[in-house]
Amino acid sequence: MPDDVTEETIQPEQAAARRFAPALAPHPATAPVEAPSESIFDVRDVAVFYGEHRAVTDITLALRQRHITALIGPSGCGKSTFIRCLNRMNDLIPSARVEGEVVYHDQNLYDEKIDPVQVRKRIGMVFQKPNPFPKSIYDNIAFGPRVVGMKGDMDEIVESALRRGALWDDVKDRLKDNAFGLSGGQQQRLCIARALATDPDVLLMDEPCSALDPISTGRIEDLMMELKANYSIVIVTHNMQQAARVSDMTAFFTVELDAGEKHRTGRVVEYAPTDKIFTNPDDKRTEDYVTGKVG
Amino acid sequence: MTGAQIAAAARRQTTVIPRASRGDTWAGRLFQALMFAAIGLAFLGLGAIIYDFARDGAAVVTWEFITRFPSRVVPDRAGIQSAIVGTVYLMLICAVLVIPLGVMTAVYLEEYADANRWYNRLIEVNIQNLAGVPSVVYGILGLAFIVRGPLGMGPVLLAGGITLTLLVLPVVIIVAREAIRAVPSSIREGSLALGATHWQTIWKQVLPGSIAGIATGVILALSRAIGETAPLLVVGAGVSLRFNPEGLDSSFTALPIQIFAWTQDPNQAFVARAAGAICVLMVILLAMNSVAIWLRNRYEQKW
Repeated sequence: MPDDVTEETIQPEQAAARRFAPALAPHPATAPVEAPSESIFDVRDVAVFYGEHRAVTDITLALRQRHITALIGPSGCGKSTFIRCLNRMNDLIPSARVEGEVVYHDQNLYDEKIDPVQVRKRIGMVFQKPNPFPKSIYDNIAFGPRVVGMKGDMDEIVESALRRGALWDDVKDRLKDNAFGLSGGQQQRLCIARALATDPDVLLMDEPCSALDPISTGRIEDLMMELKANYSIVIVTHNMQQAARVSDMTAFFTVELDAGEKHRTGRVVEYAPTDKIFTNPDDKRTEDYVTGKVG
Repeated sequence: MTGAQIAAAARRQTTVIPRASRGDTWAGRLFQALMFAAIGLAFLGLGAIIYDFARDGAAVVTWEFITRFPSRVVPDRAGIQSAIVGTVYLMLICAVLVIPLGVMTAVYLEEYADANRWYNRLIEVNIQNLAGVPSVVYGILGLAFIVRGPLGMGPVLLAGGITLTLLVLPVVIIVAREAIRAVPSSIREGSLALGATHWQTIWKQVLPGSIAGIATGVILALSRAIGETAPLLVVGAGVSLRFNPEGLDSSFTALPIQIFAWTQDPNQAFVARAAGAICVLMVILLAMNSVAIWLRNRYEQKW
């Protein structure tokens, strides 16, 4: 870091502001964030256990509709565990147990009457590593609409999803080709388009760019900015530049040993508008993390 | 030593790549020769067997030999039609029964069973053990429960097919499980995250992704069953039948049974017929294994 010396002479938040200044410049494709909008998720006192081990605890967040919310923090702090609570993917791990409430459109997703399959139809997810199905590009997109029984012209549904995923122009002449022939970045956009094909209203993204090169990453970030007009997006990222560039709100997670506990548990330290987290955080731990002193 | 000398010594050490010692080289060569000898011995054995029956049998294999029915009296007129047809029927019955049973069991064990439950662990251990049970034991099982006993079918084609099914079922379950396990969990997660049910995920993602592996395993398992003699002898397959099986409840014979019967015959001319039948059996076996290899190379999913 070239400003080792200067950091001692100026305030840390100023240093942080300087580092992230270019990233925080308003994105051309988006309007600046206005007054707080309605919540899409009201997360209340959520804790996740793997067997006896408490992985995350005391999560209370209101995630906003049609915003991009970034979850940042060091490895093992429970960001991925938490994001997988939002579409009940943790149900797939037999030992996992979730306490607390995740309220989505006035319904607690963890209510006994809620079917996790129905939840996942409304809340799409994109994973760390692109995971296209070993099928044609067309069939990758059509899979979701088919299994959820969407009506309408499948060709149109596929085209519309590929357009929303900013992939149509790349693949319109080879829809019948196997998706494994696409580049990593195209595969990930295919996975985003696939998630959009079933018309969800939330898109969860678990480190969607960690396996991609910077150019592909840039395209996916541009795509996210476009999508937030219609979708609420939650993204886990290890790339703080990315969080600063794309998100409106940021939650900083950390992992700590609680008093009286034997295991380290993840919790939210600070949740605030992204520019505040990166320029003027309230918590010393957030500041240390975003300025690169730890983690 | 001065610092400069130490540095010079370090440089020499890192720049000069030492030659392999003579001992290491010879040990390596010896090891390689031993491995080569082992595989050579295996091939020698196989070659000797092929040479032995091909020498005696090649002259016997003609179209007449394949299309005629067996004879107990005239070796020159004895053929293997009923044995070939019986073997084909047995394989068909076996495939029809073992594919759904084996795949469904494998899907249950891989996708539904909670491995922490004692009964699932018991099933698993038992399948492993069953794969190692000698085939004659399956023959006795077939005799006691299918030919006689509860099912009481008598020594008919279906009884033979079911017995062979039981014999290869554990093998099919094991290979099908491996093929299912090879489908990465990211595919399952991707499917479930789109709102697919567990069943849709299995039917539309997991099974299509593992079908080549399952098919390969089934063919290899059947090619094991095709040469089985002992269980068919025990369940009462006929010998030298002069008719093809007419239905599931018909008497039947099979190639290994016919071979076994002919090798027991004091008349050397019949022993040559056995060698000819072995040639035919080997060709069928090689053809099945080739199909399995082709299937694997052509359709196996690379993740």
